[in-house]
Amino acid sequence: MLNYLLFIALPYAALAVFIIGSIFRYRFMGFKVSSLSSQFLEGKNLFWGSQPFHWGMFFLFFGHLTAFLIPRAVIAWNGDPLRLIILEVTGFAFGLSALLGILLLIFRRLTNKRLQMVTNYMDVVVYIVLLVQITSGLWVAFFNRWGSSWFASTLTPYLRSIFSFDPQVDAVSMMPLSVQIHIVSAFSIIAIIPFTRFVHFLVYPVDYLWRRYQQVIWNWDRKDIRASRKHVYGERTKNN
Amino acid sequence: MDIRSQVSMVFHLDKCIGCHTCSIACKNIWTDRKGAEYMWWNNVETKPGTGYPTKWEDQEIYKGGWEKNGDSVSLKGAGKLKGLKNIFHNPNMPSLEDYYEPWAYRYTDLFEAPEGDDQPIGRAVSLITGEPIEIQAGPNWDDDLSGTPDYARQDVNFKHLSKAEQESMFQLERMTFHYLPRICNHCLNPACVGSCPSGALYKRGEDGVVLINQERCRAWRMCVTACPYKKSYYNWNTGKSEKCVLCYPRLESGQAPACMHSCVGRIRYLGVMLYDADRIEAVASCDEAELIDRQMEIYLDPFDPAVIKAAKENGISDSTIVAAQNSPVYKFVKKWRIALPLHPEFRTIPNLFYVLPLLPAMASVSEDGVYDSLSENLLSGVEKLRVPIRYLSSLFAAGNDNKIIEVFKRLHAVRVSRRDTTVKDVTETQLNKVMSEANMDIHEANEIFRLTSLATFEERFVVPAAHREEAIEMLENTGDVKGNTGFGFKMKPERGL
Ligand code: SF4
Ligand code: SF4
Repeated sequence: MLNYLLFIALPYAALAVFIIGSIFRYRFMGFKVSSLSSQFLEGKNLFWGSQPFHWGMFFLFFGHLTAFLIPRAVIAWNGDPLRLIILEVTGFAFGLSALLGILLLIFRRLTNKRLQMVTNYMDVVVYIVLLVQITSGLWVAFFNRWGSSWFASTLTPYLRSIFSFDPQVDAVSMMPLSVQIHIVSAFSIIAIIPFTRFVHFLVYPVDYLWRRYQQVIWNWDRKDIRASRKHVYGERTKNN
Repeated sequence: MDIRSQVSMVFHLDKCIGCHTCSIACKNIWTDRKGAEYMWWNNVETKPGTGYPTKWEDQEIYKGGWEKNGDSVSLKGAGKLKGLKNIFHNPNMPSLEDYYEPWAYRYTDLFEAPEGDDQPIGRAVSLITGEPIEIQAGPNWDDDLSGTPDYARQDVNFKHLSKAEQESMFQLERMTFHYLPRICNHCLNPACVGSCPSGALYKRGEDGVVLINQERCRAWRMCVTACPYKKSYYNWNTGKSEKCVLCYPRLESGQAPACMHSCVGRIRYLGVMLYDADRIEAVASCDEAELIDRQMEIYLDPFDPAVIKAAKENGISDSTIVAAQNSPVYKFVKKWRIALPLHPEFRTIPNLFYVLPLLPAMASVSEDGVYDSLSENLLSGVEKLRVPIRYLSSLFAAGNDNKIIEVFKRLHAVRVSRRDTTVKDVTETQLNKVMSEANMDIHEANEIFRLTSLATFEERFVVPAAHREEAIEMLENTGDVKGNTGFGFKMKPERGL
């Protein structure tokens, strides 16, 4: 029963909340979508916390995504033990860097009075779930080794079954507790994205890479007004 | 040719009395809010001095502005790869210490203190933490050369001056200073816009005002680094960056911006300039020595029939063209050539021009200790000027001394011709010499004098009609939104979770 709750109900609830909540927040509360950077108030410790944390999370996220999207390629890569070890050690290193980063960030926030002025209760939640997520991940990586291989054969099918609306929980319910915690906390993170500063990674500005540097925006197109081409009764002009 | 119109400004530095009324007017309207207390969208500095934020001109520290890169320019401390790489921690961003920690006083303590032998005091408390603080510095603590060893002697422009020249600026007989009021320059090639990864910053097509879309800003803070004038600020409370908006709601209703309206010295002028947007890249990337001349070329003559025709084809309305023809900025900058942009070497093509301060240059002391404020030879020997020319050229001409001397000659000619009219102690030869050197006739001198000293409100601020009323009708069916509070952004500016 608990398994159904944690591995079927929770994922679907989390995804629904995530999708609806994020769209709502982006669409109707644009002013509140921000990374809420605190570098302005404290910049030195931030460097040592934020850089290792973010880069660690960044690579781990894409690592997990790769194992989810192309499990066969990952298994093939791991065919050679040396390559397997390289992959595992790299993943573990990124995990450690994320852990050290977040610990430093928490320490920084606790010890700086200025930062406490810009800390809210949801930030505390964010820190807790991230800590649980990172430590459980490191735990799994250390005690249930070669996760990059068994992930592909057990967890990828589970995750795919979720996304194909045909949930199969047998494999996950057999998993050790640490893995289960890792899964549950991952879905909790997804669920709270719209209610926390996590929203900022949905708006990571990749489009900056292909946009022109300068942006000029006209409130309305003067040429259209002058030429009166679009003044058709009952039809709204789209000048914006 | 792609003609656009730009609201531009002139500040006449000889007239600024350093009263900070402009800063207060701006603060009361725009930045008297939590998170914005430390911001001064308009600030007034004393030069020489380190300014606000401290040493903002030093791009070795802050990495603002553009750098020449072949036929184009690239951002010095931001940009596509550099920006995204530094997004988690921006190494060149100024922090609160570079501005100052805002504070208020506990006035209630003065009233509520029990009777006693000692005078009660109202302690200073930080507006960020609410705790008592020892005040370290404020945004204008370099006023009038106060605290000179800490401020004036640290002036960034001194790196272009010899040791002797620097020393001379601190000798009692030669000491000079002038004020430098600063707002956002609403640049033609804004580094802030180029650096914004989310595309929240933009230049308004209609009038060239540079704004930050508060709903799209994600606190990546790149504009704070990229603006070489440090006129984009980070609001630590809302997690959004903010900058001078040139009081665009006032402009749209035909009023001058608050800083200009309230200016006690009446130093400020605002008007339209027509420019050719196709030339921006070429101008921004030209050689440093040519920067000013090339920038002057980008502004077009609003009386030229070809320009008028092209402007109309581009959708610029007749009222804007008329405003450009009456623009005081056009007169100071293009027609009379006595106003220069601040630090053109940052390559953002700023649209705020300064009429150079002639006073610190004049009044040099002659051998016998007499102040010489009238001389046809004032500019014959540059080394005789009270302020080293190099200092001003580092501020206003990217190191090109000749530009400063040209402007000084013209300003001096106006003074001599006025002295001839009022005091009448100038000989004809003196006058002719000064006027011919400045390439100016008496008519032009009188015009400059009039607009400098006697101009009315309407002459100082020529605000083109915004035609906002038409815009609203184009965007919305006004009937549908009857009874609503407005057409824009209606949420409270609350910090997100
Ligand atoms: S002065 Fe700075 S903030 Fe203003 S437009 Fe130029 S680059 Fe942008
Ligand atoms: S109000 Fe005018 S005179 Fe006073 S400091 Fe500001 S710019 Fe100068």
